[in-house]
Amino acid sequence: MADLSSDFIGISSPNPFWLASAPPTDKEYNVRRAFEAGWGGVVWKTLGAEGLPVVNVNGPRYGAIYGADRRLLGLNNIELITDRDLYTNLEEIKRVKADYPDRAMIVSIMVPCEEAAWKAILPLVEDTGADGIELNFGCPHGMSERGMGAAVGQVPEYIEMVTRWCKQYYSRPVIVKLTPNIADIRKPAEAAHRGGADAVSLINTINSITSVNLDTMSPEPSIGGKGSHGGYCGPAVKPIAMSMVSEIARNAETRGLPISGIGGVTTWRDAAEFMALGAGNVQVCTAAMTYGFKIVEEMMSGLSQYLDEKGMSLDDLVGRAVPNVTDWQYLDLNYVTKARIDQDACIKCGRCYAACEDTSHQAISMSEDRVFEVIDAECVACNLCVNVCPVEDCITMEELAPGAMDERTGKPVSPEYANWTTHPNNPGAVKAAE
Amino acid sequence: MTNSPRTPGIAAARLEAETLAQNFSDLHPPLDGHEALVAADRCYFCHDAPCITACPTGIDIPLFIRQIATGTPEAAARTIFEQNILGGMCARVCPTETLCEEACVREAAEGKPVLIGQLQRYATDTVMAAGVHPFERAPETGKRVAVVGAGPAGLACAHRLAMHGHAVEIFDARPKGGGLNEYGIAYYKTTDGFAEAEVEWLMKIGGITMQNGKALGRDITLEGLRAEYDAVFLGMGLAGVNALRAEGEDRDGVADAVDFIANLRQADNLAALPVGRKVVVIGGGMTAIDAAVQSKLLGADEVTLVYRRDRAAMPASAYEQDLAASKGVRFIFNAMPLEVLGNGVATALRCEYTKSDGRSLTGTGETFDLEADQILKAIGQTLDGTPDGLAIEGGKIAVTGAGCTSVDGVWAGGDCASGGEDLTVTAVAEGRDAAEDIHASLVG
Repeated sequence: MADLSSDFIGISSPNPFWLASAPPTDKEYNVRRAFEAGWGGVVWKTLGAEGLPVVNVNGPRYGAIYGADRRLLGLNNIELITDRDLYTNLEEIKRVKADYPDRAMIVSIMVPCEEAAWKAILPLVEDTGADGIELNFGCPHGMSERGMGAAVGQVPEYIEMVTRWCKQYYSRPVIVKLTPNIADIRKPAEAAHRGGADAVSLINTINSITSVNLDTMSPEPSIGGKGSHGGYCGPAVKPIAMSMVSEIARNAETRGLPISGIGGVTTWRDAAEFMALGAGNVQVCTAAMTYGFKIVEEMMSGLSQYLDEKGMSLDDLVGRAVPNVTDWQYLDLNYVTKARIDQDACIKCGRCYAACEDTSHQAISMSEDRVFEVIDAECVACNLCVNVCPVEDCITMEELAPGAMDERTGKPVSPEYANWTTHPNNPGAVKAAE
Repeated sequence: MTNSPRTPGIAAARLEAETLAQNFSDLHPPLDGHEALVAADRCYFCHDAPCITACPTGIDIPLFIRQIATGTPEAAARTIFEQNILGGMCARVCPTETLCEEACVREAAEGKPVLIGQLQRYATDTVMAAGVHPFERAPETGKRVAVVGAGPAGLACAHRLAMHGHAVEIFDARPKGGGLNEYGIAYYKTTDGFAEAEVEWLMKIGGITMQNGKALGRDITLEGLRAEYDAVFLGMGLAGVNALRAEGEDRDGVADAVDFIANLRQADNLAALPVGRKVVVIGGGMTAIDAAVQSKLLGADEVTLVYRRDRAAMPASAYEQDLAASKGVRFIFNAMPLEVLGNGVATALRCEYTKSDGRSLTGTGETFDLEADQILKAIGQTLDGTPDGLAIEGGKIAVTGAGCTSVDGVWAGGDCASGGEDLTVTAVAEGRDAAEDIHASLVG
């Protein structure tokens, strides 16, 4: 079994699976259960400033998007930061950390964007013995209306400023949690980096309305007939999160800045994908909220098996796919594939035909007796037929070897790499020789 | 084919070889990768899942299904084998419809449980086909344990003891190990010599040797084993069979269903196996069903199962009853055998209808004769040749806790021991738990 023990910015944990700052980490009771179940670490649910705690709505806090068979694909929430007293949380954090010294304990914090507020809370958190802090610059609902959360995360200058304060008044690692509700994720990451952050974590939740009740005309979750946008998370957001992680991992300004990957991690495979794209570890919330803490057992056994099969260490995996993330303009235009339909596997549903005939390139033929075949002269290899086919591996993409005839262009496949930057159709093409 | 289903008497080759091969092929062909993913996707990953509670070996079913769903059937197999080293066989023969799948919340919701048994087979087959044994043996302890019986209980016990580093010697009366897995299960439930292959795979843990053809009371004695080994586990099953106690029981054509099944399982050529044109099976358990179904599949023209109580009281599950009915087996309920008619050779079975007033069963006086040229008795097995000194309870070796018998240093489990249902999976659990208890006593 591969060694899953993780060192993330000097914080060690028995595995790279942390629970994200969220409802599952709001109390000692839950966190102890999480540690007993095997989680490597937790980011304690966001603490606010001393004084009367925030309040939550007393109606539904969550809304959901389902796939087939009522599989929860996306969850939206309008819960705020912890609504429990600051000192209660601090005492619990201290107790749990003392009892689980081998687990990572990170404290999420969100206080007003004033130096005094941060200066006040940081020593209290330091005193708990927690391993580090995470700055919640991400929550898109409620707190952002009060100038915190995403309202800070959307202004790089604020991020930099607050990060500096934290590095000044707190001695342990500082992680900056980023909001995805922004046009270019690299900007806040760069600001965190400039402010001295030890790492960034992303993504926080995405502004969302999950559904509208068409009888009452209320967005869901409905609080007495009215709804508010909430934060979207779960498997549905994973592609968005992975893209943002990869952007930071390959950005010259932030390259090497440790990343804690968050966003729809549900299985070991999701975790491995985030890590391959540059995340040093991952944080999980929705999967635990959907299935319970026990899922971490599958994450551990699966990642361990994968690393063993590949002969990799955990460190080898981190960032391994980053060099393969590039801009569109550098993709090889001489890489040619064609769809291939395995007639033995085909169940003759015709979805590939409908997709191709109606919405793509008319590159699939259909016979009287429902035999579907690819017309190479029309196939642009778009992959839509592969994506809509209900049978795995029934339709695959076959690479044409250099020299093979591409029936669509009537030209043999070139062995040379050639991209848009040098393509004759590109008005801004740079000639290779120049 | 020289004969047909209507050839009178008991005859072989009633069906074409091809038909026989088809009849005795895998009852549930293995799931392919895609089917396994679709089936796994239906699992809700229930908390404190009812399926786990329903499994006598307590396999973490939601976890192994999730491991299949996430593309690691090898990890799933390990999850299974940690609890049940005969998980491959149990995946094939467990009456899942009365265990895990009955408890599945989707059974309650839709009447369609997650295909737990078939998913278990998918995972275990993946590892076993690769020839990988997933566990390593602890360093030798120097302790030696004798295990009597190489059936599910004995094998599970031996494996767990070997894992803990003890040296295990298994004694089995039959020429092959496996017990009822090898000799007592319907052919179509475990094809291609799986039982034998499983024993071989299990023994890869190391530290286990097997002596075949060694029966307790005949070739070895409990006293001898106790003197020579640090502990003894008895898992020799129920070798005796109940008598019909009906007149004419000794006529030709009357046989024990367990022998019929064992012969079938060991047959190299199904076409050479004789079966009656008109077969009557007496009994209501799994052995009766297996004998009846297989008689039909061998080409018997008429197969009738006679059970003394009503359908609801039948020990065989509704699924097994439906399987038998779908193969053309006729059921007669509330009837008991009175006499085997015939002249040297059985020609018919005289039965009497019964009525039940709560517990006791009495004849109604109304009788009928069933034409029969083969009569198979499946009315229960009994403990055979119990060593002196062992306390007996309800016809079985009395055990307390994790299989402790009344004799110091002797444990028992499986069908020969009291408690639990007579199922492969129960035997595995009892063997495993006794091994843990033996281990604790040896190292404690």
